[in-house]
Amino acid sequence: MGLVFRGAAEAGLGAASAADRPGPPDAVPNPTPTPPAEGADPGSSRGPGMVLKAFFPTCCASADSGLLVGRWVPEQSSAVVLAVVHFPFIPVQVKELLAQVQQASQVGVTVLGTWCHRRQELEESLGHFLEGLGAIFSHKPWFQLCRERGSKSWSCKATHWRGPASPAASGEDQVMLIFYDQRKVLLSQLHPPMALPDRQAGDTTASAGGLAAVFDTVARSEALFQSDRFNEGPVRLSHWQSEGMEASILVELAKWAAGPVCLFLACLLSLISAASSCRVFKLWPLSFIWSKLSTCEQLRHRLEQLTLIFSTRKAKNPAQLMRKDLIGQLADALIPVADHVAEELQHLLQWLMGAPAGLKMNRALDQVLGRFFLYHIHLWISYIHLMSPFIERILWHVGLSACLGLTVALSILSDIIALLTFHIYCFYVYGARLYCLKIHGLSSLWRLFRGKKWNVLRQRVDSCSYDLDQLFIGTLLFTILVFLLPTTALYYLVFTLLRLLVVAVQGLIHLLVDLINSLPLYSLGLRLCRPYRLAAGVKFRVLEHETGRPLRLLMQINPLPYSRVVHTYRLPTCGCHPKHSWGSLCRKLFFGELIYPWRQRGNKQD
Amino acid sequence: MEDEQSFSDICGGRLALQRRFYSPSCLEFCLSCPRITLRSLTAVTCSVWLAAYGLFTLCENSMILSAAIFITLLGLLGYLHFVKIDHETLLIIDSLGIQMTSSYASGKESTTFIEMGQVNDVVINEAIYMQKVIYYLCILLKDPMEPHGISQVVPLFQSAKPRLDCLIEVYRSCQDILAHQKATSTSP
Repeated sequence: MGLVFRGAAEAGLGAASAADRPGPPDAVPNPTPTPPAEGADPGSSRGPGMVLKAFFPTCCASADSGLLVGRWVPEQSSAVVLAVVHFPFIPVQVKELLAQVQQASQVGVTVLGTWCHRRQELEESLGHFLEGLGAIFSHKPWFQLCRERGSKSWSCKATHWRGPASPAASGEDQVMLIFYDQRKVLLSQLHPPMALPDRQAGDTTASAGGLAAVFDTVARSEALFQSDRFNEGPVRLSHWQSEGMEASILVELAKWAAGPVCLFLACLLSLISAASSCRVFKLWPLSFIWSKLSTCEQLRHRLEQLTLIFSTRKAKNPAQLMRKDLIGQLADALIPVADHVAEELQHLLQWLMGAPAGLKMNRALDQVLGRFFLYHIHLWISYIHLMSPFIERILWHVGLSACLGLTVALSILSDIIALLTFHIYCFYVYGARLYCLKIHGLSSLWRLFRGKKWNVLRQRVDSCSYDLDQLFIGTLLFTILVFLLPTTALYYLVFTLLRLLVVAVQGLIHLLVDLINSLPLYSLGLRLCRPYRLAAGVKFRVLEHETGRPLRLLMQINPLPYSRVVHTYRLPTCGCHPKHSWGSLCRKLFFGELIYPWRQRGNKQD
Repeated sequence: MEDEQSFSDICGGRLALQRRFYSPSCLEFCLSCPRITLRSLTAVTCSVWLAAYGLFTLCENSMILSAAIFITLLGLLGYLHFVKIDHETLLIIDSLGIQMTSSYASGKESTTFIEMGQVNDVVINEAIYMQKVIYYLCILLKDPMEPHGISQVVPLFQSAKPRLDCLIEVYRSCQDILAHQKATSTSP
């Protein structure tokens, strides 16, 4: 049998004074017949003058009188108020609801005290009645918050029952009221401060501060916020949902439509990825080409992202660059550029065939190499002129794929550069191979000159006795190679520099693509539009203060700075980083080994 | 309860320290930096425009003059929004924490809050700053690994840079509150 308490919110309140001055504990007159025989307060030995903190949601500041429901954190001496239970209620049902919520959310939700929102008329009975509630829902400390309707004066009292040893005496503590916006704290995610460079990441979790406990409590108590004072239930609660649930017709419609649309697009994408991974594309010539073109790599990356997009919320970066007249202009510009490059190369070769930088070349070898490369340029120019009518159409079709993002357009640009400078790449390979052969021949003949030999079996240099004619021919060849070295080296140097220039340009484009890929657009958008979701900490503001009243603070969320947002939420990149260090690069250049500037991700072959 | 005192910073400029006493457990200090003066503003503007005019006589391109005007305006806006701090505030709340706020001349505010559980102590330290030795107030943060170690030093009033007399005022009040907080804290 439970007692039903009449709603006494409409009536006034007794002349309970709002005294909360710190001082020696007073003996509060005890209206109920017997105080509960509770045990002593476990584990807290506080002296007088201890300040308790009460975190109060701003949405409940205008609610009617009732019971305060929330969680008490003894380590921080703070009470986090989550909701207000209105009259009339049956205590048993309130206790049942709290037990349910506690089980569902693993948060120790209890009745913390009473809340009284009164008018100017005062009544004795409500005061006694509220104090009697302390006997039914026993909690140490028992909070009594009080506010006058229409004014800004608050009062709060926190009392302890000392236990059977001194039943009449109870201590009063000073209470500090901290207001917080419940919806924002519920949705926000607190980021711990950045760990110092010389500490490991695990250390920062040890100091989970008091504010993190508050955020945690509110975030985990969703079960409590499901029913409202306007719902027909046994218990009527007031919390942030009472202000009006957030709703917008467009958002609701979009949510309904999102389901089937996502399903359809997911099916489409799975078809595309199944088609692209079929065996035809894995045959050798095609797979080699796919792995060398950065466009295909980027398309694959984009496909992966699109398949993810409809399951999680992540923003895409659409940028449609290509329009019809732009394509025409680009195509018209490409041929003269290619011609110009070829002409410059021809001038360069003529210069090399003469006396470059005042050096004297071996005329015969010079002429051979120069004519060889000039013929290649001639072939290349003819090829370009043959292709020129089709360039515009090809570019337009290729440019369609640029609607998948700026990064795809940049990758296409990188591939166009690679294709246009293909002859430079070929020249580099020829020059490097020649130079490499020469260097190897020189080193081997140098060993012969000194009477040594490379032992392939033992991978070391051994002494060896040569016949006379071997020595003679070896020395002759060595001399020839040494005197032809400057010419070959010069050609190698020139073409390597050109190739490195092209590689540098392509590398810059890839760096830009990586940067765009790894930019967390969703997090940045969230930081811009809903800054309270990403919290770096909190900030406090002292509200109007009168002497004799409790201290009131407003707790607001301090959003994360943009640099930390990018740093924390950076997306994983393609990982196309050069694998060489500077030393190995220089070594390879000196010996004429070919350098491959980057490996595409997933390319297992060497 | 408010009172205001006048101090000077390390360069001799005038600072105003405002102290607000909300309760025995809550105290706020507001230190106002010297304002931007008309003389310095005029000097910078004139030097930028003279340089631009010199370039103009060399290059005969009138875009330089317009560019100089834009640069001056944008530079002034950027300086007011990102660099020039109007006043710095220190709010100490017993058993909650310490909050530092810097307000820029354009109205932007940047706030940092340190919880009381992380604060080891508030001390006045000496530092070598350019060619001078100055005093500054700083908060020592606790090290989670060692109980008595210091993990970080957070300096206060870095833009205002008050002298020792002002720092002693703030230091005394902070120590009162910290001592009270340590006496009544429940954690071992």
